[in-house]
Amino acid sequence: MKPEQIHAKRPKSLLKWIIVFLLVAGTAYTLYRHYIHGIAWWPDTRQELWDVEARVEFDATGGPVHVKLALPASQPGFILQSEHTASPGYGLGFDEGRQRYADWTLRNGQGSQLLYYRAQFRVDPQRRIPQLGEPPEIRPVVWSTPLKTAAAQLLASAYQVSSDPFSFARALAQRLQNPDNQNARLLLSELSPVEAMLRLLNQADFHAREVHGLRLEDGRRRQPVQSLVQVFSGNEWRLFDPSSSQPSATTSGSDAKVPLLLWEQLGGPVLEVVGGKNSSVTFSMLKTSEPATASSNTRMASDALLSLSIHSLPIAEQSVFKTLLLLPLGALIVVALRVLVGLKTSGTFMPVLIALAFLQMSILTGLITFLLVVGAGLLLRQTLANLNLLLVARVSAVIVCVVGLVSLFSVLSFHLDIESGLKMTFFPMIILAWTIERMSILWEEEGPHEVLVQGFGSLMTATLAWAAMDLSVMRYWMFNFLGLQLIVLALILMLGSYTGYRLSELRRFAPLRNND
Amino acid sequence: MKFVDILQQWSRPLRDKGVMGLNERNISYINRYNSRHLYPRVDDKLKTKLLAERYRINTPELLGVIRSHGEIKRLAEVQPAQGGFAIKPSKGSGGKGILVIQQHDGERYQKASGEWIDRSRVERHLSNLISGLYSLGGSPDVAIIERLINFDPAYSDFTFEGVPDIRVIVFKGYPVMAMMRLSTKSSDGKANLHQGAIGVGLDLASGKATRAVQHDRPVMEHPDTGQALSELIIPDWQHLLTLAASCYDMAGLGYLGADLVLDKDYGPQLLELNARPGLAIQLANGCGLKPRLALVESLDEETPDRPDAADRVAWAQKQFSTPEVAFELPVATV
Repeated sequence: MKPEQIHAKRPKSLLKWIIVFLLVAGTAYTLYRHYIHGIAWWPDTRQELWDVEARVEFDATGGPVHVKLALPASQPGFILQSEHTASPGYGLGFDEGRQRYADWTLRNGQGSQLLYYRAQFRVDPQRRIPQLGEPPEIRPVVWSTPLKTAAAQLLASAYQVSSDPFSFARALAQRLQNPDNQNARLLLSELSPVEAMLRLLNQADFHAREVHGLRLEDGRRRQPVQSLVQVFSGNEWRLFDPSSSQPSATTSGSDAKVPLLLWEQLGGPVLEVVGGKNSSVTFSMLKTSEPATASSNTRMASDALLSLSIHSLPIAEQSVFKTLLLLPLGALIVVALRVLVGLKTSGTFMPVLIALAFLQMSILTGLITFLLVVGAGLLLRQTLANLNLLLVARVSAVIVCVVGLVSLFSVLSFHLDIESGLKMTFFPMIILAWTIERMSILWEEEGPHEVLVQGFGSLMTATLAWAAMDLSVMRYWMFNFLGLQLIVLALILMLGSYTGYRLSELRRFAPLRNND
Repeated sequence: MKFVDILQQWSRPLRDKGVMGLNERNISYINRYNSRHLYPRVDDKLKTKLLAERYRINTPELLGVIRSHGEIKRLAEVQPAQGGFAIKPSKGSGGKGILVIQQHDGERYQKASGEWIDRSRVERHLSNLISGLYSLGGSPDVAIIERLINFDPAYSDFTFEGVPDIRVIVFKGYPVMAMMRLSTKSSDGKANLHQGAIGVGLDLASGKATRAVQHDRPVMEHPDTGQALSELIIPDWQHLLTLAASCYDMAGLGYLGADLVLDKDYGPQLLELNARPGLAIQLANGCGLKPRLALVESLDEETPDRPDAADRVAWAQKQFSTPEVAFELPVATV
């Protein structure tokens, strides 16, 4: 045999073995995850858990450091399952009073410092916890003269339309949120919405206080805490948010659309730092689930395979992976459409990036805004073409124009009350600019027909990739069964060695099928 | 299940005829027989040209190269005193950036379309070309100035404006399939099949037209001139095939597309080489590439010493002749 043929034969069988190995390893690890770690096949048979991570950052000034961070406790809807801290070199104590605190101390701190606190909550809508602490005392309220009449009018109108403390509080919150209410505007010019509502409630002899809570949205990073008003009535309490008009703010616990976790319950500060400056605390959260039967301790066992897995990473990193692990799926779809169907796209993996942007918005607004931006970009690019610029400068100019267009559309959609338009910034700008450049060259060289063909192919691919990545089952599988990644890889390798016809070629070569 | 049946029904006749798809071309031929490090020899037309001169393969005479903006003024030294010439980007593709000058008086230049343009226009074209306007990925390029092809006027009815070229697929040095590409009005004078040029399949043995396609579908005559395509026959055919076959010795690429033109005075000339030749040639010839490629592949073990280009052409002409002429079939059935 000639050397060429030896070369040709070997990779083929090597490839076969690699594919077999990947399939076996992927299946084995998937089965292992299911039978040994007890991860269920389907997401809905599972117990929901929220991992919340607080990240404290500050610059130590050189002397002793004392950091006091308010900690959450079990509350209606959420049960504190476990908590950990990461604070190398610090002494740590817990202060368990009516409000729990973590106390970090250090003799000599220098430079930027990073402390972590991580808690896991089990969602349990049935479980009722006895009322948390005593209702706060009612503080006497003194208004300055101009505010006094405004407050009185607000109280009177809210009192008219309410029957109990909760409906009264809701009426007050609605008035404070209403941008057209003159009395409310006057109060809010001097007080924060939460402070104004507390004063109004206290004046009307209702028990209320400021608390701090977190809105739990899966995969969010670097979120701040929010101030809320806790209103008491007998043995019950509810939360109200006078600063935002989101209806979900008035319900607490796990069954709300956006669940709210109470972090701090006495109206004190969430974070106090002595011996440091530029301090801040931000929160990351991640929704995970496990079988209702398995206890979390068995999962956390010192399993070598598990501790190497991405589920042992900090939550902020894990939520990055939740999206990242979907990418192979998108790549698989691109390969399949290219190799099996022969769909023409503009830029090989551009559709996957567009699909990732679609995941952040809804598919319809995604498609519309994509067409708007690319269409307007093509017109602008046409003007740039007449200026006779070098390629890199021209693409850079298109990038500037795309950023301008996206800003313009965002502002327009905001004023037209189209909320999803604001999510346009999820589009990868550089990719969009290159798409516009490529499409416009295509237009000049091959005519509009080819632009339509490739544009359609790209959007088709992006939509299919989006559909696969948006399936909640698929998200669950790709994140919880990492063995599937190996199987996806094996499929891609298989497609990469497929030598059969593409679907489009069956049509293209049709004349060869019929003659003689 | 039904869908799978239709797929089977569609793909089996193609498979039986040995029609090659893009996936198979990429995996089994280009990846296997074309080493990456040889690509620059064909992707850079200046390299191809210099190499061809070294291997005594006829190409349109290289009059000069303009490598930088500062050299643009040298056009006056490089251009022939009278007569036409062509300016081509070295790394261009698909005929982009080629400026054909029929004649000039030093200040004004006549384009192929007959339009007269000022020297400043030609210089701006050169400047754009050197900046990389026509090269892949926009990388800086050099301009090749070469003698104009004088196409035989006897064939002017077969084409609209542009010069027709002949594509020969050369596999391991053996010519396996050939077609002529005729530009049309809808291809804008370009010889690119996907832009609407006509592909005419050529019998390897005789150089006669066997059938023709436009937009992947059969045609009988040139849509702009009405010339019956079945009358096409290439003169000096054996010489042309030998020229194409010897490109393998020069480029070293196992799976190669050689683009050639016929010059009235100088005979067959190599225009450029292609490391990823398209598959439309199968449609133009009405048969698949795979049986021919397989035959060449099986040949290797049998012949101990390397046959030269002329031997390879003789072998291929014997093996790959297409006796029946498909052109007459529809006429006979009507």
